[in-house]
Amino acid sequence: MQRREALQMVAVLMGGTVIGADAFLSGCKTPPRKEGLFYDTDVALMDEIGETILPAGPGVPGAKEAGIGNFMKVIVTDCYTPEDQDVFTKGLQALRDKKFMDLSPDQRHDWLVQLDKEARDPKYNDKNQHHFKMLKQLTIWGYFTSEAGATKALRYIETPGHYDGDVPYKKGDKAWAT
Amino acid sequence: MADNHFDAIVVGSGISGGWAAKELTEKGLTVLLLERGRNIEHIKDYVNATKAPWQFPHRGSKTQEMIRNYPVLNRDYPLNETNLDFWTNEKESPFTEVKRFDWFRGYHVGGRSLMWGRQSYRWSDFDFEANGKEGIGVDWPVRYKEIAPWYDHVEKFAGVSGSLEGLVQLPDGQFMPPMAMNIVEKDLAARLKDHYKNGRHMIIGRTANITEPLPGRTNCQYRDKCWLGCPFGAYFSTQSSTLPAAMATGKLTLRPWSIVTQVLYDKDKKRATGVEILDAETNQTYQYKSKIVFLNASTINSAWLLMNSATDVWPDGLGSSSGELGHNLMDHHLDAGAYGRVEGYEDKYVYGRRANGIYIPRFRNLFGDKRDYVRGFGYQGGAGREGWDREIAELSIGSELRSALSEPGAWTMGVGGFGETLPYHDNKVTLDKTRKDKWGLNIPAIDAVIRDNELKMRKDMQGDAIEMMTAIGLKDVAGFDNNPVLGRGIHEMGTCRMGKDPKTSVLNKWNQVWDAPNVFVTDGSFMTSTNCVNPSLSYMAFTARAANHAVDELKKMNI
Repeated sequence: MQRREALQMVAVLMGGTVIGADAFLSGCKTPPRKEGLFYDTDVALMDEIGETILPAGPGVPGAKEAGIGNFMKVIVTDCYTPEDQDVFTKGLQALRDKKFMDLSPDQRHDWLVQLDKEARDPKYNDKNQHHFKMLKQLTIWGYFTSEAGATKALRYIETPGHYDGDVPYKKGDKAWAT
Repeated sequence: MADNHFDAIVVGSGISGGWAAKELTEKGLTVLLLERGRNIEHIKDYVNATKAPWQFPHRGSKTQEMIRNYPVLNRDYPLNETNLDFWTNEKESPFTEVKRFDWFRGYHVGGRSLMWGRQSYRWSDFDFEANGKEGIGVDWPVRYKEIAPWYDHVEKFAGVSGSLEGLVQLPDGQFMPPMAMNIVEKDLAARLKDHYKNGRHMIIGRTANITEPLPGRTNCQYRDKCWLGCPFGAYFSTQSSTLPAAMATGKLTLRPWSIVTQVLYDKDKKRATGVEILDAETNQTYQYKSKIVFLNASTINSAWLLMNSATDVWPDGLGSSSGELGHNLMDHHLDAGAYGRVEGYEDKYVYGRRANGIYIPRFRNLFGDKRDYVRGFGYQGGAGREGWDREIAELSIGSELRSALSEPGAWTMGVGGFGETLPYHDNKVTLDKTRKDKWGLNIPAIDAVIRDNELKMRKDMQGDAIEMMTAIGLKDVAGFDNNPVLGRGIHEMGTCRMGKDPKTSVLNKWNQVWDAPNVFVTDGSFMTSTNCVNPSLSYMAFTARAANHAVDELKKMNI
């Protein structure tokens, strides 16, 4: 049995959170290490958040396979303003603290649907950002521009060779990546 | 011949400098082509041209570090990860903005010919005659019939694709077969023609992307990555087109890292004798001698160079006797238009990435139309299906969202205007004597704004776009009018205007400096007005004409 599954079972049995779960998860070794804005466990966390937003399907990769956790880390670190970084990392902290990783796929989905609703509140805008809007945008952007997303969820041809402005399309055909 | 002597010196290797080098060497002259920046070799140095989108760590977007280093470029689309090395280092080469001016530069061999938009349109006599008829600025000393053969000449060599339309205000040229409109554009073009009873036209963009091969160049492969440099040589640039031709003569010497600091002038003979340069890498000074000098450093920098030259004769620089040097700085004003959704066509899509759009030629203040402003504007735009970056409000997260975004969305259509800017004496570039760059050179100061005529025109640029997009059946039509700021058209013009009278212009009709007739200025600075079409094709035509005139004059011993 995987450690995470074991933990989930324990949590269910005990009807709630497991105190000391971090230590249990890390095998009582060292606490997570922070480098820059992120803990070393955050890429995995963001991978799972991304996968919940855009999950794998039959023959189609999900955001995790697209390396979404690492993509988010790079973009938030290099491209975000300090203010946006703050909103993002605080939001991630909440997901980390409330043990997103320990939840089942359905529980993760329900939680993020809730956050998506929250983030649509008109009080949030460019000046007052909600962290979930960032997570969702990063996931969509990172996924569809990744090799996995662009070539498997979408279609990408490096050198089309010619242009045709009138080709048939039927529902279900993939869009061009660029 | 001493190794610092040439028949001709060309300052700047962008669109017009490349043409000057080609024409002069092909006429048998030895030419030194000076470029202030680094060399970029065709194909070999297009380091990002064959990368896939996912091979850029930030997927092409800008980082906070880039924003800090390029505060001016950051004001619009040019600041990006994919071709950052093609844009001028703003810390090394600052400029003073008396008023905001979005100056987007490329200091390297090829200049902005590597990143340009490639739209290529001829002027008509409506444009050459407008200043004279309206008493604005000075009259152009040239009319269409004089420049038409030179348009033919440059179109044939550069390779311009487009459709023959028979429009008086947008003369046809020597075109390669046009790129195709997509099915939606075709239908909307037909509706526009019907609605305005043939008074307005939507045509495919005329672009310097070749649709048939030329020697050493492959026809366009529809990759839409032009501004990374094209490994097929499918669009016109110095590197793909004029430089190889000039090199093939064996008469060309190309010297990168050469900042020309002044045109050397012999006050007794009233002629330039060459140039002085600063080696940008070593800071060494060198002099080169020549019979003629072509300035193609770009509009602001050619004016800057003249202001820095012969100041013992004219305190304001070579070519300043009219008082117009550096004045009348112009650009096109843009970023006003409209867009909307096209209903239907769910069973239609496209193949290939067409680096070109549609064009709606000018219709205002022509053929009896009269507005509360003068001149006019044209629109560029296009139709396409939305992609994964669209908003799907009814979907939250999960497989449904992934599946929905993996399919194309609705068809949309949008157009944005390019408007004429009038020549205003007060819109100018000067030398900022208080600030220097890292080479110890005084930097240019830019003081230019759009004024009443342009602001009135912008109302139509947005309003007409909304009206037309609605008339041809678009839904949810929305207009926009942003950033009425000069510079961002990246079409700087006018600082050394040509004219009929040395008292009111810097250049004569052959692009010769009145005060030094063996100095030719053939970049955007010679433009006496801007018209509303993209200007580079006209720079090419006037440069080729001036170069051929220069050779004739040399033969006749006139210069």
